[in-house]
Order: sequence, then C-alpha cells, then structure tokens
Amino acid sequence: MTDLATPEAANRSTEAAPHVEFRTDPQAYRHWRLAVDGPVATLTMDVDEHGGLVPGYELKLNSYDLGVDIELYDAAQRLRFEHPEVRTVVVTSGKDKIFCAGANIRMLAASAHGWKVNFCKFTNETRNGIEDATANSGQTWVAALNGTASGGGYELALACAHLMLVDDRSSVVSLPELPLLGVLPGTGGLTRVVDKRHVRRDLADYFATKSEGVGGRRAVRWRLVDEVVPRQAWQETVAARARELAGRSHRPDGATGVALTRLAKERTAGAITYRYIAAVLDRESRTVQITVQGPAADAPADAAAIHAAGAAFYPLQLARELDDLILDLRTNETELGTWVFRTSGDPARVLAYDELLLANRDDWLVNEIVHYLKRTLKRLDVTSRSLIALVEPGSCFAGSLLELALAADRSYMLAGVFEDDDGSLRSEQVLVPVPAAVTVGAMNLGPLPMGNGLTRLQTRFLGDEDALAAVGKLAGTALEAEDALDAGLVTFAPDDIDWDEEVRIAIEERASFSPDALTGLEANYRFAGPETLETKIFGRLTAWQNWIFYRPNASGPDGALRRFGTGRRADFDRKRV
Amino acid sequence: MTTTADYSEKIPNNVDLHEDRRLQRALESWQPNFLSWWESMGPTLPTEDVYLRTAVNVGREGWAQFGHVAMRDYRWGIFLAERDHDRAIAFGQHKGEPAWQKVPGEYRADLQRLIVIQGDTEPASVEQQRNLGATAPSLYDLRNLFQVNVEEGRHLWAMVYLLHAYFGREGREEAEELLHRNSGSQDSPRILGAFNEETPDWLSFYMFTYFTDRDGKYQLGTLKESAFDPLSRTCEFMLKEEAHHMFVGTTGLDRVVQRTVEVMREHDTDDVVPYGAIPLPIIQKYLNFHYSVSLDLFGGETSTNVANYYTAGLKGRWLEERRKDDHKLADDAIMVDALDEGEIGQTEVAALVGLNTDLRREYMSDCAGGVKRWNKILEEAGMATRLHLPHVAFNRKVGAFSGIEASPQGERLSEDEWNRRKQDWLPTEVDRTYVRSLMRPVHERGKIAAWIAPPRQGINGQPFDFDYVHLA
Repeated sequence: MTDLATPEAANRSTEAAPHVEFRTDPQAYRHWRLAVDGPVATLTMDVDEHGGLVPGYELKLNSYDLGVDIELYDAAQRLRFEHPEVRTVVVTSGKDKIFCAGANIRMLAASAHGWKVNFCKFTNETRNGIEDATANSGQTWVAALNGTASGGGYELALACAHLMLVDDRSSVVSLPELPLLGVLPGTGGLTRVVDKRHVRRDLADYFATKSEGVGGRRAVRWRLVDEVVPRQAWQETVAARARELAGRSHRPDGATGVALTRLAKERTAGAITYRYIAAVLDRESRTVQITVQGPAADAPADAAAIHAAGAAFYPLQLARELDDLILDLRTNETELGTWVFRTSGDPARVLAYDELLLANRDDWLVNEIVHYLKRTLKRLDVTSRSLIALVEPGSCFAGSLLELALAADRSYMLAGVFEDDDGSLRSEQVLVPVPAAVTVGAMNLGPLPMGNGLTRLQTRFLGDEDALAAVGKLAGTALEAEDALDAGLVTFAPDDIDWDEEVRIAIEERASFSPDALTGLEANYRFAGPETLETKIFGRLTAWQNWIFYRPNASGPDGALRRFGTGRRADFDRKRV
Repeated sequence: MTTTADYSEKIPNNVDLHEDRRLQRALESWQPNFLSWWESMGPTLPTEDVYLRTAVNVGREGWAQFGHVAMRDYRWGIFLAERDHDRAIAFGQHKGEPAWQKVPGEYRADLQRLIVIQGDTEPASVEQQRNLGATAPSLYDLRNLFQVNVEEGRHLWAMVYLLHAYFGREGREEAEELLHRNSGSQDSPRILGAFNEETPDWLSFYMFTYFTDRDGKYQLGTLKESAFDPLSRTCEFMLKEEAHHMFVGTTGLDRVVQRTVEVMREHDTDDVVPYGAIPLPIIQKYLNFHYSVSLDLFGGETSTNVANYYTAGLKGRWLEERRKDDHKLADDAIMVDALDEGEIGQTEVAALVGLNTDLRREYMSDCAGGVKRWNKILEEAGMATRLHLPHVAFNRKVGAFSGIEASPQGERLSEDEWNRRKQDWLPTEVDRTYVRSLMRPVHERGKIAAWIAPPRQGINGQPFDFDYVHLA
C-alpha cells in the first residue's frame, strides 16, 4: 500500500479515532463511480483528495483510506445483489496516468497501530470478497490499469482475475513499500504475487525491492500482469476483454436484482440494535452481549418468495446486520474485547430456512446469500476479539446459526433448565421448560467454509475423523447439553446452579488477560489445518506486517514510515531480528 | 422427590446452608467422601467417644461447646467470622475499594491456588498423626490430639466450603482432589513436602504443633487480610482454633522440659535416660529440626508470586492494618537473607518481592517466645543449660541457604564438617529410637507417662483425671 504522491509524512500519531459508519450507497460515494452497461460494470476510482475520513491528509493520486475502501466494499456487494446482469466488473481509474497509489502514507503514519491493523484487515476482506465474486458469483473482476498501480493500488489489481496494463512506456506496477517505507505491502500483495500469479520467487524478490516498478512486456513475462495494451487500443481492448470474460459467466439472463435498502440500525452509547440482532455494550466488563434472533416467521415455500422478500429475507438481512455489527464493533469499540453470543428463537425455523437455501442453490440470489453468510462468518474468524457462545434454553443454535458457536473460542451450554423458568416464554401449549439444544444441519457440513477451506466442524475435529463422522451422523438431531458435550460441540455444560458463576468468572477472567496475547492465541487456534491464500494473508503476512509496523525502523521517529517524504533518510537499527 | 437432609443440624454453619442449593448439592457428594477419608486416613485408635469442643456458631457462647462425642459423629461445621459490611481492602492496588464478596474472574486462578494449598495442609496433618493415639502419654493428651485432628478436619471443610461456594466446577474438582492426595503417598503426595513426613512420636507432635502449626497461623494471618472477604472471614475464625493447637504444642513442650528438669534435680544428674525422661540435648535437637523445617515452609526469601498476590490484594502481611506505611510498597525496600560472596549475609530487594522474608521474620520472633518459656522453667529449677532457636541458615532446604551448611550459631561450614558434626545438632537414629522407646500408651484415667509432667489444668475446667476419652 503506497502513496508515492504525498511528499511529506506526518510525524504525529493521533489516538482519537472518528466514529466510522459502514452503511453507504452509490449516491453517497465520494470516491467511486459505478456505471453499468449490460453485462459489464465499470467501477471508476476517482478519489476526492479532500474526502479523507479524518482531517490531516489529502488523498492525492487516488490514494485511499478506510472511507474509500468502505465505498469499494459497498459497490462490490451491490454488484452482486443488485446487478444479476453484470458478469464482468472493470476497475479502472478516473485520474490521468495513475491507477491507484495505494493506502495514503500520511494517513498511515498518523494512525495509531490498532487503526492501521483494523484498516488492513478490512481492505483484505474486501479484496478477498472480490476474488469470491469472481470465483463464485460469475462476476469476473478485471483490473484495467490505465496508469501506474503502486503498492495497495497494485494489490487491488492483484485481487482481480485479469490484469491489463496500459503500455505507454511510463505506467508500471510496483510494490515499493519495502524500499520506500520500510514496511510490507499489507493487503495480500506478497502472497498473491507468488501464490496466485505464480511469479517466480527470485523475480518477485527483485520486484518488491525495486521502487520504480516493472512495466511493459517484462511485466507480462514475469506474470505481474496478464497483458499490456497500447494506449491507442486501450478502450476497445478493455471492452473486448470484458465482453469475452462475461461470456464465461453463469449469471442468469433477465433476472431482477434485489435492492440492498438502507439497513435499519439504532446506535446509542450502550447498544446497537437491528431488526434481528441486538448488541449491548458493557464498557465496565469490556464485553458486548450479542443476541441473534431466529426467524420471526416460517420459511417461505420457494425461491420466488425469497426474491419477493428481497433484502427483508431473513438470512440476507441477518447477514447484513451481522456484517455491519462486526465492522462497527471492530472499528469503533476497540476496548470491548469479548463478544458474547446468544441466540433466541425456534431452531426448527432456522433449519427450515437453511434447507430452503440449500434446495435452491442454483438460484443466483440464493447463491449470493449463502456466500455472503460465508464471508460474514469469515469476518468473525479473523476478528481480534474473544468470542464466547452461551447456549441457553430458548436459543436456536442450529445449522447456520450454530456456526456462531462453532466460530467461538469457547462455548457454554446450560445443562437442563433454569430453575425459575416455567417454560411459558417459549411454548404456549406446553408449560414445561425445554432444555437448550444444538442441532447440526447441512449448513454446517460444507456451504460455509472458513478461510482455510475447511468447515468449522472439520477444523474443530481436525485429525479426528471419527469425531467428525459422528457429528455428521447427528445432523438433524437436537442435542441437549450432555450429548452436545459428548459430541464435542460445546466446551462446558454447567447446570443451573453453576451457570451464573461459571460464565461470569470465565468472562471476567478473559477480560483480564493481555488483549495482545489473546489475539495471538485466538488467531493461532482458530485456523488449524491447511494454509490457503487467505490464511496466509491473515496469518503470515498480517502478523509480519503488524510486527514491522510496530518496530522503530518503521514507526519510530527516525523510521522509514515517519521519515518518508521529509527528504531525510530513515535511520535504521541494523540488527536483524 | 428426594428428601433434603437437615444440613444445619448435621453441619453447624453460619453460611445459610439451608438455602444455598449449590452448596447443598456439593456437600451431598462431598460429605460421604470426607467421612470415608476420615475413616481410612483419620486416627487409627478405636474410641467410643471423646470429650471434644464443637463450634456451633462463631459467637463467644457457640464456638466452644464441650461434650463427649463419637468422632465419626463429630459435627464438622462451616463458620466464617461475622461480616463487616463496611470492610475495605487494606492494601495493594485495590486499597480502599470495598472487599470482594465474589471471586473476581481476574484472580480466580490465583485465589483458587492459594486456597487449595492451604486446604491441602489441613488434612495432611491428620494423616501424619493418625497412628499417635496408640502411644498417647495420657487420656488428656489423647483428647488433645483428637481435638487438633477434628479441627484440622474442620479447616479442610472451611477451605472446601470456599472452593464449593465460589469456584464452580473447577472448585469442586479441586475439593475432591484434596481428599485423594494423601500424606506420604507415592502416587499422589500432599503438595508441600513437610506434610508428607509421618509424625513418629509425641515429642515430634508437640514440636509440630508448636512450630509447624505456627507456620499455618502466619499463613492464615496473611489470608485473613485478603480482599476476598469470604476467605478473610474463614481464616479469621480458623485462627481462633489454630491458637489452641499451638497451646497444645507450647504446653506439651513445657511439660516435657518440666519433667526432664524434675528428674535431673531429683537424681542430681544430666543423664536422665535411665529414668525414662528425655535429655535436654535431644529436646534441643528436635527443636533444631522442626524449627528449620518450618522456616522452609515460608518459601524463598524473595517471591514474585507473593508480590503479585500482595499487589492484587489476595494475600496481605501479618497484621497488615497495624503497619505504618502506604500498604502498597511499590517504592520500598527490604533487607533479605542472602549469600554475600559465599558468606551468610543480607541483600536489599524491593519490599514487594521480599514479603516472604517479612512473614518469616514475624514467625521467628513469635517462636522465640516459646523458647523463653522453656528457659524460664530451666532457670527456675536452677539449671544453667538453655534452649536456643538455631540460626536462620541452619539446616535449610529452601531459599538462599539451601545450598550451604551452617551451624546452629550461624557459622558457615564445609560439607565435611557438617557431616562430621550434624549428629550433635539434629536427632540421630539413636536419639529417635530412644524417644520412640518411651512411647508406651498410658490410657488409664489420671495416669501419665514418665517422660512428661501432667498439665496444670485440665480441659474446660475438668480435672486431669477426667475421663477425656472412652476407648472402644
């Protein structure tokens, strides 16, 4: 992520982060233009220099900050849901001679460490989402680099399936972070160059130390881009390529999109409330108590009803709410280190909605909803907060909602019922308290993989095929505490007498530990199993980047990040660590 | 529908046991295990009943109710000192905040560990002393032994209560383990080494109750300061009973010295062996041994754990509130024992990490009181010999002096010299065999063994020849 254009870096660090809102829509965009022409959408980056999220930097030369990326994310989401006709998305620049200069350096230099880390996480998720659209939505993203793409600009291009670079003898692609700023390209650049584009590692090494970048035929030969196009032929070649790629898509003809209407959300100092999710912010105990409501009505009969319901369709609305909540809490509530998940509702309904979705996976909208849920749960996996699930009577941890408990670092399930519970809250016919149950469903067995490519159950039971098979056999069976504990689906199953204290002590104890160590612990334990592009980006690349960010060689007063643009060279501590 | 036992009758308590479901359930499973532990690991001498003190509440009237009871029917109660609703934390980073009525999650692990370690010592001494009944010098002494035993059992109850009431499932599991670890067991010994040695004879018993139970007093004293109020109140009440155990040790040793002196005067000799008394040098050697072993129980001179416990408010200093300082100690220093270029000396450390030394010093000066008493007996009898506490560096296995040898006067010795001279300072096999040879039971009312003088007073105003114990 580089902005070569800002000549001087700010030597100050501001801790006061603004409140960030992630809900937006194309009418509100300041930095992007979205134009749809039949099967081809063009997303033009034209960053408003004075549109930074916080004062103190100018977004020159299409450099970006979190505000720019929030719009990009919104556009990517809308393209998938609102534009079933779009089969190719062309990303290009509205500036002359520059595609994108990457993340704004002044912004980075002035940001607190936590802000930088969260910013990079979100931009990574957005780029992973772009790849997900290409892979699973029949929307192929094309990077039309009509000028130099450096740092984060090139990393954005790397997330696209096809990279075109204008051949004007001056436009290049580059990853100049290391030589110019003493940090890494933090948005998957290093990983994608070798893992995705298969650039030979020695050439990649040279490329990432060469601040002026590589253009022309050499860029193609080294696989840094897929083609270079003469200026004269640029427009028509991009258009032709877009049409060609659109032809490979499985997106439907004549379908109508679903409008992602503005998400209803109420936010106060102590709570964030949506239609289906309520989050209570407990600042004293540094926890967020999140309650997810199950569906309010039975699942509709068929795909047509899903289309009719649109954004109000339960699984879609739930995914949007959860997505927004995660982003809001991660960015705005950094001291609330423990998220406690509860669910409330009818597990049978949750399973019925899951079945409806899985029975109609050929439907483009259903496909989008399932992948959106998948991406949202992945966000949870890479969230640097302790996640605890509490399975209580009246809850609906079944199928897709069981994933919340499986994503949690620890789960507690009440054995039996609360003694003062007369059951009247849940069943009008039978005034007998019903113990909590969890139910494995088809959604837990494949459609919602983690970043490591495995389901949460496969990851949970890594190396224990018997346990995994046993859980698979239990699919559809409501498991009360003892059986859920036996099956390994919950961590502890205290009874009514112990519940309050066990839970209180566990949460208090968690909140007392070092937040950094917890983040490291959780990130290590959540991703057992194979490495993928995603796990490498969120694990290896991010961890190294965050280490480098924190070192004086980058962020110290004489470090490269802080000295960039001052005309003075960084003064490195030369010891290799 | 199961019938719930009448807990307040079976288990005298002031913790509202009858309305605490969690506790009731915990005790339902724990109590039978405790009783079977008592049957298998408690006193081996069969008795009909024993004249015991039972606490039925914490007030002046209730804490000492005397009567003959069969030991298996002893009512092990659960008592916490009265709650002071205004109690504030007296030290550490939470100083001035209200005392905690619940375990803060942040300190769960540390508090649980402290309680488990304390709890582990309580039943250990019962196990160590289980065979002593067979060689009691009198019914009076036998009764005192049993009194100490049932109260150590009650102290186990007290710690188990805390684990059950405040630490959830893990607490219950730890409580169970307290019964499964056994003193001297090869597979699962007691946590602290000193509690894995059998108490082989009554001289050792008195030494143990004088020196080792006194360590317990000081540990309880620091826990009594705890910010965790239930622990504080539990320990406050336990201290009351612990005082009696030390009385058994203090007066027991008084009477051994007294008897030795009587024999020396009567026969005008230092050699009391032919007359069945215990020579003063052997008493001194036992004293040397038990004192030095007990000093080890306080741990190393410095401890970061204890510093953390203090700052967190889990464990204070002895008589914390009477100390005249800021009760935070962040900037203070203390001189602690240390090897200074190989020589026995002292070094300065931060006060927080030196808290073990502070507590050990309080203990040492308390121990000196007993020696003064026994020397007064010697003085009054016109004897020139005196008993002494050995130097802090003598016979240490823990701390700064664990790697060196020193004489009771504190001179550094080579290993060869130590090996040559240690039989002059520590009980030898010959000494122990002699003491053991004296251990013949006297189970007849009003009679007493020849190596110990009768007490001046009986228990609870009863005469010495009272029927304190009815043997089975």
